[in-house]
Formats: sequence, structure tokens, C-alpha cells
Amino acid sequence: METFWYIAVTFMLAMYIVLDGYDFGVGFIYPFVARTESERRAALTAIGPVWTGNEVWLIGAGGTLFFAFPKAYAAGFSGFYLALIIVLWLLIARGLALELRGHLDHPVWRQLWDLALMASSTMLALVFGAALGNLIRGVPLNRDGYFFVALWTDFLTGPNPGILDWFTLLTAATSLAILGMHGASYLAMKTDGELRRRARRMAAAASWVSAAFIALVMAAIALVRPSFHLNYEQHPAGFFFPLAGVCAVAATIFLRKPEQEAAAFSASSALILFMLTGIAWGTYPNILIATTDPSYSLTVTNAIAGSYGLQIGLQWFMVAFPLLVIYQVYLHRLFRGKVGSNSSY
Amino acid sequence: MSSALMYDRLQFAATASFHYLFPQLTMGLALLLVYFRTRALATGDDHFHRVSRFWTKIFALSFAFGVVTGIPLEFQFGTNWAKFSNFAGGVIGQTLAMEGLFAFFLESSFLGILLFGDPRFSRKMLWFATVMLFLGSWLSGYFILATNAWMQHPVAYSVADDGRLFVNSLWGLLTNPWLFWQFAHNMTAALVTGAFVVTACGAFYLLSGQYHEYAKTFVKTGVMVGSLATVLMAFPTGHENARQVFEHQPVKGAAFEGLFKTERGAGMTLVGQPNVETMTIDNPLTIPDALSFLVYEDLYAQVKGLDAFPRELWPDNLPLLYYSYHIMAGLGTILIGIMGLALLWLLSGRLFTSTWLLWALMLAVPFPYIATTAGWMTAELGRQPWLVYGLLRTAEGASPLVHSGNALFTLLGFLGIYLVLGLLFLFLVAETIRHGPTEPPHTPAVPEPSGSHA
Repeated sequence: METFWYIAVTFMLAMYIVLDGYDFGVGFIYPFVARTESERRAALTAIGPVWTGNEVWLIGAGGTLFFAFPKAYAAGFSGFYLALIIVLWLLIARGLALELRGHLDHPVWRQLWDLALMASSTMLALVFGAALGNLIRGVPLNRDGYFFVALWTDFLTGPNPGILDWFTLLTAATSLAILGMHGASYLAMKTDGELRRRARRMAAAASWVSAAFIALVMAAIALVRPSFHLNYEQHPAGFFFPLAGVCAVAATIFLRKPEQEAAAFSASSALILFMLTGIAWGTYPNILIATTDPSYSLTVTNAIAGSYGLQIGLQWFMVAFPLLVIYQVYLHRLFRGKVGSNSSY
Repeated sequence: MSSALMYDRLQFAATASFHYLFPQLTMGLALLLVYFRTRALATGDDHFHRVSRFWTKIFALSFAFGVVTGIPLEFQFGTNWAKFSNFAGGVIGQTLAMEGLFAFFLESSFLGILLFGDPRFSRKMLWFATVMLFLGSWLSGYFILATNAWMQHPVAYSVADDGRLFVNSLWGLLTNPWLFWQFAHNMTAALVTGAFVVTACGAFYLLSGQYHEYAKTFVKTGVMVGSLATVLMAFPTGHENARQVFEHQPVKGAAFEGLFKTERGAGMTLVGQPNVETMTIDNPLTIPDALSFLVYEDLYAQVKGLDAFPRELWPDNLPLLYYSYHIMAGLGTILIGIMGLALLWLLSGRLFTSTWLLWALMLAVPFPYIATTAGWMTAELGRQPWLVYGLLRTAEGASPLVHSGNALFTLLGFLGIYLVLGLLFLFLVAETIRHGPTEPPHTPAVPEPSGSHA
């Protein structure tokens, strides 16, 4: 039961990063690849109808974490206090930029929201990467199951780390590179003309950068969290995920032809899914790893909610989850194809 | 009170009150939109179709601001109220997760269809999407109120060995006896806000001599719905809410009425300033025996005053609670008066030409917002000193390691951002109203894309 909810939360979070990840990626790269107003509109039209649906996965993951692992929700959200509040501010800016840019027909108004979208998307990609780094590195949980980390301390991964240290900065940069590639391949798939060509070139460059960063992160994990490989030794089936991830990276590098755009986007989606699953495989059963004393770690067993709530939750979850998936598939089918070239809708 | 706790409380109060300015309009408008879309479908003419489209635009603006200000609330349970989340997450996690996965999801998906599908889908499909939008937004309100009702009146929980609470009946949680009247009161209040906004927009068009036919529809619909909803807001829903407060939270009732001393035949104070030191009301205007009658339907019934309870059970901000309640009730009465008058003038055919009354309807638009905010302050300040009534004190619910410097930093950040958001919202609504109901549809991410977008 605990494991089921661990998988559910991880999966929803991974879906969130795959789906909203391309929105962040587009926001990050679009000032570089979309140069004219009509190209910018095309880029925004590619994410306009889907981003709110994508954000539902974040709400879903947060809500599911809250009800299945209230203790981990309480500890994690208060411990990463400043980072999370900053995420909220950035999500506000990102949402407004996408909603409001088209409301007024004035160049300064549009430039304002272009800037807001780019800055917030870039920062969000970095912050989510850093957050993941924190989950791998661990946090200074106390006996009562709470912690508080400052934004930065001495940038070392020692016993009193900040949210940002050399390792989490590395994961943040990795996240930005991967999501940039992800967003670029999404744009290449969804648009046409010059924009499409530039996006494809950007995706190709970013895939090399991503591959380099991923190699660095994998080496750094061995340094920062030496116990990470234990789960893999006990359950070697898990090696599937990193191996598949490596294949996906290779695919993003080699799938470069115009007719392979959809495949390249699938490969970068798969890369994110495999990578996050691989990390979850390594940290399970911990949700929050304690750097202080391993026995203070919050795990799926000591952070779980009551069994009645989980049972009944399972019932409505089994209704809600397929609905969510069906809706997403429907929405993406409805808005499938190239922006601006497919006028049959 | 440690200062971190004070900033945590101020931050939640500020973010929740500001957030709720938007959903109260969307929930109220949602029902009116169902009416407009139904008329559009039934008559088949363009008038109601344009009316629906126009109000869908306003709805979408309010919804967008509601979403961006609502997500922080789901996070703030954890960031600022970690001990409360740990203590009660096994119960309220249910309703909050259901809100996200069912209601918010339903609402945002069908709004997307309405906004991006207007020229493409049939009117039947648009009608259906509007009905689902209405269901989603009211269901969302239901789950959130189920959460709040549980904090006011905890039911359906069991206590684990480590003192944390877990739900033991989802049905019990969703049918909390507190919830019924709270939901009814809250939703009629949302309808009042929606009706006043629609009416005010129509009044503005009439006064400025624009969009005459649309303006008449707005004012007529707004006044019909508003006059009914304002009455329902007071009676039975407001009245029954007050009665359940006196039954289950008598100290809250005594505090918001300003009843310091237990009395037989207690009077109802309409105006006056509470003096907590002397336990009296300055400059009182009181209706004798009215409170006893309203609570117990007996002029001579005894009503417990604050003196019947130990001081540590008194809500900690008594004057503010007292004023919140009186502002809510006073403005509610004024709203009934304005709408009642407008209904009489409408039925006698004079409303569309009565400039003074149209001015009053237009200028009254902030009042339902203020009354609703004051109503929530009454409910929440009155729940103090408890976070979960009778089970967890507010002082024991905050995050243990978030110090006041951090809490103040984020409070100031939210205040600054929300000031900008508020100005932006007003500006964009004004723009939409200025462009009027005859404008073609447009999509929020981009104005008309060059090709037809997917």
C-alpha cells in the first residue's frame, strides 16, 4: 500500500515534469528561437491550450503527497520554505504571462510578458532541478521529523547544507539543459518554417549539453550519496531505468531529421521519465533522507497516513486518475499537429 | 504570540482573502453562464450567444487570477502550517486532494474547451462545457468548504497512537452537518457577487448609452437573480449559520454579537464599539430581546455571554471579529435593500431609465466583495484560538522551524505581488468591459493567430 502511493506520487510528479517541463523549456528558449512576433505567437500557441492541464499534475502530486504522506508533506514543504514560496511566485508570473500577453495589442505589453515568461520559466527549471538534487543529497531532519534549510550556506554538501550547494547547482543546470532540449524538441514538432529549423538546431545542441551534464550528475551522486547504489545491487531490475535513460539520451542526439521530430520529442520525454524513475528507485523507501542521522529519515512507512483513508483514497484515485489521463490524451489530440499549418480544426 | 506565528497568520489571512475575491465571482458567474447558454441554445439567436461569450471572458480572467492565487494556498498548509498538516493531513488531505483531482481539473479542462473551442464547437457542446464548468466550480467550493467545515466542527476522525488524526469515514467527512448551511450560505453569497457584477456592468452601459440591448439583459438578469439571492443569503442560510454557531461554538457567537454578559432576553446590538477592558459596548444601538428570539425563537431565552467562558477560550481578536460580523450583516442588509428596490423598479418598467438607481447599482459592486470577506473573517477569527476547533490550537499548528524573518519576507512578497495582481485584474476587466459584448472571441494565450491555430 505504501509503495503504491510512493509510485503514484512519483509518477504524477514525473508526468508533471514531462508535461509542464516542455512549457518551461519553451519559455526558456523561445526568445532565442522565435524572433518575429508571428513566430512568438506560434510558439505560445503551441503551449497555450495545454499548460493549465499540465499544471493539474502538480496539484495532483501535491495533493496526493499531502493525503498519503502528511508527515513528509509537512516536513518537506516547511523545510524548503523559501524555495517553495519562490516557486509559487514564479508560477504566478508564468501563469499570468501566458494568460495576459494576448489581452492587449501593444508591443511594450507583449515584451513585458515575454520577459516575465522567460525569466520565470528559466528559474522554475533551475529550482525544480535543485529540488531534485536536495532529495538525493538529503536534508538535516531533526528528531521530530522537521528541518529547515536556507537558500545557501557554504555551497558544500556537508551536514548543514543549503538548498543550493555545488551538487544541487549541478542538478539545477542539468535540469535547465534537459528542459531546454525538451522544450526545443516540442517546438520543433509543433511549429513550421524558420522557427522549426532554429528549434531543431537548439534541441540538437542542448542534447549534447544534457548528455554531458547527466554524466557529471551520475558521477556526483556516487560522491554525495554513496548509499544510492544499494537498492540497485539488491534489485538489479532497476538498472533498466538508467540504461534506458542512456539510450534515450543517445536517441535525442541522433534523431535530428525533420521527419523524426515526434520521435525526438518522445525520446526526451522518455529520458525525463526514466531518469526520475531511476532516482526514485535509488532513494526508495526514503521520501526525505536525513543527513543528520539515518534513523530520522522520513520513509514510506513512517510518514504514511491512516489505512482507512488510503483504502478509500485508492477508490476515488482509481476514478480520478484515468479521467486525468483520458483528458490529457484528448486535449493533446485535439491540438495535435503543427501550429498554424493545420487549419482543419 | 511569537512574531513568526503572527506573520504566518497574517500571510494566510492575506493570501486566502485575496484569493477568494476571484472564486466568489467565478462560482456566481458560473450559474449565470449556464442560464445565458441555455437561453442561447433555446432561442438560437446571436444575442444570448454574445452575452455568454462576453461573460465567459470575464469568467476566464477571474478564473486565471483565482488559479494563480489558489495554488499558493495548497502549498501554504505545508510551508507555514507544518504541524497542522502533520496533525490533520490524514483527514483534510482527502478533501484537498479530491478538490485538485476532480473539481479543479474539471473546471480548468472545460474552461479550456470554452475558450479555445468557441468558433469550432457547436452551441450544444458549448452549453455542455458550461454546465461542466459550473459543476466543477461548485464542486471545488464544496471540497474546500468540507475542509473548512471540518476545521470548524471536526467529525469522522480517529486519533492514532502518535496523536495524529486520520479520517475514518469519507462519507461522514463529506456530509459534516456543519457543511450544509455553510455551503448554502457561501454559494448564495457567490451568486450575490455574480449578480451584482453583471448588474453593475449593465448599469454602466445604460448610463453611458452603449450596447443598449445587452445592458438590459445584464440588468434584468442581475436584478432578478440578485434580489432572490440577497434574501436567501440572509434567510434561511445566514440565519441557520448563526444558529449553528450558537449551538456548537457559543463563545464565537457571543463574541461576534458583542454580548459580554449572559442574559435572559438578550438584545441585538446593531451599532456600537466593543470595549474589552470594561466589557461593555460604547454608543450602543440595541434591539431588545432580538438575539434571544433569533437564536432560540423565544424572547426570554438565556443567551450565554463571553463571561460564561474562560478567557483563554475567547477569540483573540475580539473587536475585529465583532466588526467583521457587523460589517457582513450590515452590508448584507443594504444589499437586500438595493436589490429589492431595483426589482420593484424593474417590475414597474422604470429601472432602465432611473439614472439614480442605475448609479447606485453600479457603485454597489464592491459591497458584496466586502461583505463576503467580512463573512469569512467572522468564521475564521471566530474559530480562534483554535485551528481545528477544540482539538488543535493555532499556536500549535505553525511550522516549528520557519522563523519570523522568513515568514515576514514572504508575507511582504505576497502583499507586493497581490497589489500588482489586483491592479492588473481591474485594468483587464475594465478593458474587456470597454470593448463590449459584441467583440469576436479571442484566445487568452495569443490574439487571433495568423493561421487558424490548432
